[in-house]
Amino acid sequence: MNFLRQAFAIAGKDLRSEVRSKETVNGSLSFALVILLLFSFAFDPGSEQTREIAGGLLWLVFAFAGTLILNRSFARELVNDCLDALISSPASGAQLFLGKCFANYVLLIVVECVCLPIFVVFYDARWPKQAWLLFVVMLLGTWGITVIGTLFSAMTVNLRLRELMLPTLIYPMLIPALMGAIQLSTVLIAGEPLGADNLIWFKLLIGFDVIFTILSVALVEIVLVG
Amino acid sequence: MSAVAIEGVWKFYGDYPALKDISFHIEPGACLALLGRNGAGKTTLLRILAGLSKSAKGKITILGGDARDAATRKRIGVLGHGIGVYEELSAFENLRLFARLYDMADPRKTAMEWLERTGLERVRDGLVREFSRGMRQRLAVARAFLHNPSLLLLDEPFTALDDRAIAVLQDLLRSALAEGRTIIMSTHQLREALELATDVALINRGKLAHRGPRTVEMLEDPGWLYRNYGEA
Repeated sequence: MNFLRQAFAIAGKDLRSEVRSKETVNGSLSFALVILLLFSFAFDPGSEQTREIAGGLLWLVFAFAGTLILNRSFARELVNDCLDALISSPASGAQLFLGKCFANYVLLIVVECVCLPIFVVFYDARWPKQAWLLFVVMLLGTWGITVIGTLFSAMTVNLRLRELMLPTLIYPMLIPALMGAIQLSTVLIAGEPLGADNLIWFKLLIGFDVIFTILSVALVEIVLVG
Repeated sequence: MSAVAIEGVWKFYGDYPALKDISFHIEPGACLALLGRNGAGKTTLLRILAGLSKSAKGKITILGGDARDAATRKRIGVLGHGIGVYEELSAFENLRLFARLYDMADPRKTAMEWLERTGLERVRDGLVREFSRGMRQRLAVARAFLHNPSLLLLDEPFTALDDRAIAVLQDLLRSALAEGRTIIMSTHQLREALELATDVALINRGKLAHRGPRTVEMLEDPGWLYRNYGEA
């Protein structure tokens, strides 16, 4: 319980700071809306072809906009050397990492929940019959983005080109999670029921989340202290 | 048992050796002034002691444990170059956060006590970004001391402090020494440091040039140490 209490204290601190400054959510939301708008010009919203790539469009928006939030996750700790204050506290690297993950996860989900209805309107899509399943896919896919993004945010925090390095490093790593999320979302947005052949993508998403959460928690201490 | 035991510690930045075979012990209740020119390796050594960095070689034992053990870190207070508090949080929220991270029994009470001790109780709900430099520094001092650490690691603690913050810090350091806590502080402000110090270590280009008790000569002539053991 103590482990989670300290992780939640860090998450609460990040969310409180974000609510006051709104520096990443505003930027991320604006960016997401601009991409949604540009894609709606680039592809004919009502066409069958667009419906077939709807899941891909949606997850590209989530991944691009999410990077803006993840980039700031550890970078915000550089102000006043707060990262040193956190690392020298009794909170372990794993607690610090999970606290950051929880806060990033909430922020990403908020951005996605705003983007989804706008996507439905822009792309002339029907609200999925199994909306709850789409939400489950969002939760699983977003956790994958969050875990990988938060770990690499810690890795790149002291680099001068971190804004460039983070997306360059995380997008290749995210391919399995994005593939799973895109496949499932496309089926659900098209209003089709999920069949047995889609189960593999669910398993892939869950497996990705579990494996990379364990790996990240195990590696973060080395990333932060060396 | 020594409060801090440093044995054969090396640290490299690339090929450059920032610390070369540093070894010394510090007894409980001592106040060590860690002296040296800019770039001598003082901050590097303090960062290793604080668990913020790892040495390439050598062994460090702090309060009987490893610097990265949670139990050890709970007993260390660190005041580095940065103030280590959040701009978007209030003074109270900052202290409550660190009281929680240090697993204090009553984080709210601890935060309020330290706001009072550092004279910040009237601005407890003010955001740090609106604070003056002196108020930020006092808050940083409160953050470093709030868990009653047995070992205090202070990197240039008097630099850029205003009069009130210096007074608060000196009072706290004197109380800490009277309570038998151990202090290691790196500093260029020899007079302030040597008044408090019981021991002195001088680092010169990554090597330990001198280690011993603070003597009357040092107090009367703070430049004495550099002339005798430092580089010309």
